[in-house]
Amino acid sequence: MELQFDRGPEGGFAVGTLDALINLGRKHSEWYLLFGTACCAIELMQTGGPRTDADRFGMVFRPTPRQADVMILAGTITYKMASRIRRLYDQMAEPKYVIAMGSCANVGGPFYDSYAVVKGGDLIVPVDVYLAGCPPRPEALLEGLMLIQQKMEREPFFAKASGKLPPPADPWPASARGGAV
Amino acid sequence: MVAESRETPNQVRVTADEGREELMLNMGPHHPSTHGVLRFILHTDGEVMRKAVPDVGYLHRGIEKLAERNTYAGFVPFTDRINYLEPIFANHGYVMAVERLLGVQVPPRAEMLRVITSELNRLASHYVTLGSVAMDIGAYTPFVYLLREREHINDLMEALTGQRLTFNYLRIGGVAFDATDEWLKQVEQFVTGFEPIIDEFDSLISGNEIFVKRLVNVAPISAADAVGFGLVGPNLRASGVDWDLRRDQPYSAYPELQFDVPLGKGKLGTLGDCHDRFLVRVLEMRQSCRILKQALRKLPSGDIRAKVTRIKPAAAETYAAVEGARGELGYYVVADGTDKPYRVKVRSGSFASLSIVEHVSPGLMIADLVALIATLDTLAPEMDR
Amino acid sequence: MTPVEIKDRLVQVVGEPVEWQAGPADAAFVVAPEKWYAAALALRDLPELDFAFLRTLCGVDRPAANCIEVVAHLFSYKHKHAFVLKTRVGRQAPRLATVSSVWPAANWHERETYDLFGVSFDGHPDLRRLLLPEDWVGHPLCKDYQEPPSYQGIPMMRPARPAMETKG
Repeated sequence: MELQFDRGPEGGFAVGTLDALINLGRKHSEWYLLFGTACCAIELMQTGGPRTDADRFGMVFRPTPRQADVMILAGTITYKMASRIRRLYDQMAEPKYVIAMGSCANVGGPFYDSYAVVKGGDLIVPVDVYLAGCPPRPEALLEGLMLIQQKMEREPFFAKASGKLPPPADPWPASARGGAV
Repeated sequence: MVAESRETPNQVRVTADEGREELMLNMGPHHPSTHGVLRFILHTDGEVMRKAVPDVGYLHRGIEKLAERNTYAGFVPFTDRINYLEPIFANHGYVMAVERLLGVQVPPRAEMLRVITSELNRLASHYVTLGSVAMDIGAYTPFVYLLREREHINDLMEALTGQRLTFNYLRIGGVAFDATDEWLKQVEQFVTGFEPIIDEFDSLISGNEIFVKRLVNVAPISAADAVGFGLVGPNLRASGVDWDLRRDQPYSAYPELQFDVPLGKGKLGTLGDCHDRFLVRVLEMRQSCRILKQALRKLPSGDIRAKVTRIKPAAAETYAAVEGARGELGYYVVADGTDKPYRVKVRSGSFASLSIVEHVSPGLMIADLVALIATLDTLAPEMDR
Repeated sequence: MTPVEIKDRLVQVVGEPVEWQAGPADAAFVVAPEKWYAAALALRDLPELDFAFLRTLCGVDRPAANCIEVVAHLFSYKHKHAFVLKTRVGRQAPRLATVSSVWPAANWHERETYDLFGVSFDGHPDLRRLLLPEDWVGHPLCKDYQEPPSYQGIPMMRPARPAMETKG
């Protein structure tokens, strides 16, 4: 629900639900985790760079998962790296989102036949947005981040906090992790 | 003596002989200063390290096994992913090996186009490296300035190949797309516009007092160590070994071009320290501009691809290498008479440069380790393949 | 020096090779596994050879010949010549002497060969897996490698592949 603005001579009013106000703040400070494994990480870097400046949307990178809202799986995920990615995801605070950037994070990409590559990020963490490309252009990544913004807008923040919405399905629960740390 | 252990980190243990505490810290694989997914297990005594043990393989994608399942031509896009900051060099080494096995002669225009795109790629790769070195030392702005310059190169390569990264431009026998006169003019404009920026960068960064204090006399690598551990490229030249494949074992169109090969001299500190490795790359950027200007003038007309109908080399093996931005990128290709390679082994500079970290690390501070990895220019995909 | 000249000089130290592969592209000197270390030392130490640079040391699985070839590419900066030294070890429990004391670069190359082919190097200071996780089973670059169905609970194949609709 959007905030309704009523601009008058004294400045004006904004009317809306509490969720709209909170989500307005949340979507304009979407902090992504500074994390990338392979080639898509370079395009992630360029998205934060001067031309496709993600900073103007309020999207700054945070090196620590404790302060990040969205984790962008940029690059190929190997079996060795999988448990570490899961640990980073677990360390992020709710509400959190995951963008699978590029073919490798979507389905394993060109390395689908490889013995060492996880066939998609959604086998490890629940994914919200999938971006196609090898690598996707910075504009595509920006669109993905904006889709997360739209998701944040629609999110009934208080409804979720009172337990009305079910949590996302976990593809790799702790019980299934074999010997992983 | 402290026993080697790969248990959980963050253990504080007291050594029997000195009574000092040794802390085992984990750095990576997710860490803002590691270049790609690398992990180090640091044995530290306070801030000073006793040893830094690298743990690699977090980006091991099995590319060498995939080579055995793809045809020779179908493997070329995978070589892009072996080193995504210098994909032209990665393509070139592989394509050169297969061309040698087939006995294919590449037309001169294709060779010169390969050189032009190679040197543009070397510039683009050095931007990321030098920007990362500055960023890891703590200066964020040069990184963003260099990203702006890199966007120009991305635009040029996109106009030529359709891709900003992982170009897949080289083919067995030549290159994929021809360059128009308009494009060549744009490259020339870019090169002329870029040269003053190197001077600006040099004056602002290379002699900067903080930069010098962070990099000079840090982790010097002797020439004997460099050769013994297999370092190549700017790392080797910074340690004083005068070797460049483009000049000493010329390939492609490099015999027709004049350029110097910058060597480390230890001007500000010790020979082979981090500052030497940094400075060699800055000087190489100047030489790349010089090569580009000559190559643009000397570009001949003609075909861009030799006629190669059936790629089924007879049973043979060869090793071909090119001088990439990270040094010698070599491919050992074993053919067995079918249309798929029997074995492809990739030899990269980053594999060697990370293996020397454990040898050089005793006595360094943790922040110096960051400077060391940044100036060694290790790139995870090249190392793990 | 040409490869044939280098071969002749090396034969004076380690004797005749098991096989001399003369071409068509690169030549290779195949030495018996017992003489691997002696050959490596000679190639590095003889002043007219001076192979100080180990470019790469890798394995090539040859099930047809029932062996795993270990191939070392060497280069000399001083004399600007290259050489290929090979040896063949059996496919069941393959072992070879380490050359990490000859060239420090061999340390990681041998770890990688152990990881991907299973070749054990006697005398190696730290022989453990390099690129794959420590609890990985099998040596992937062998030609008869079978992938496990899952690793730590993550399936090796994507569970549901969408059915492809074909026209006509």
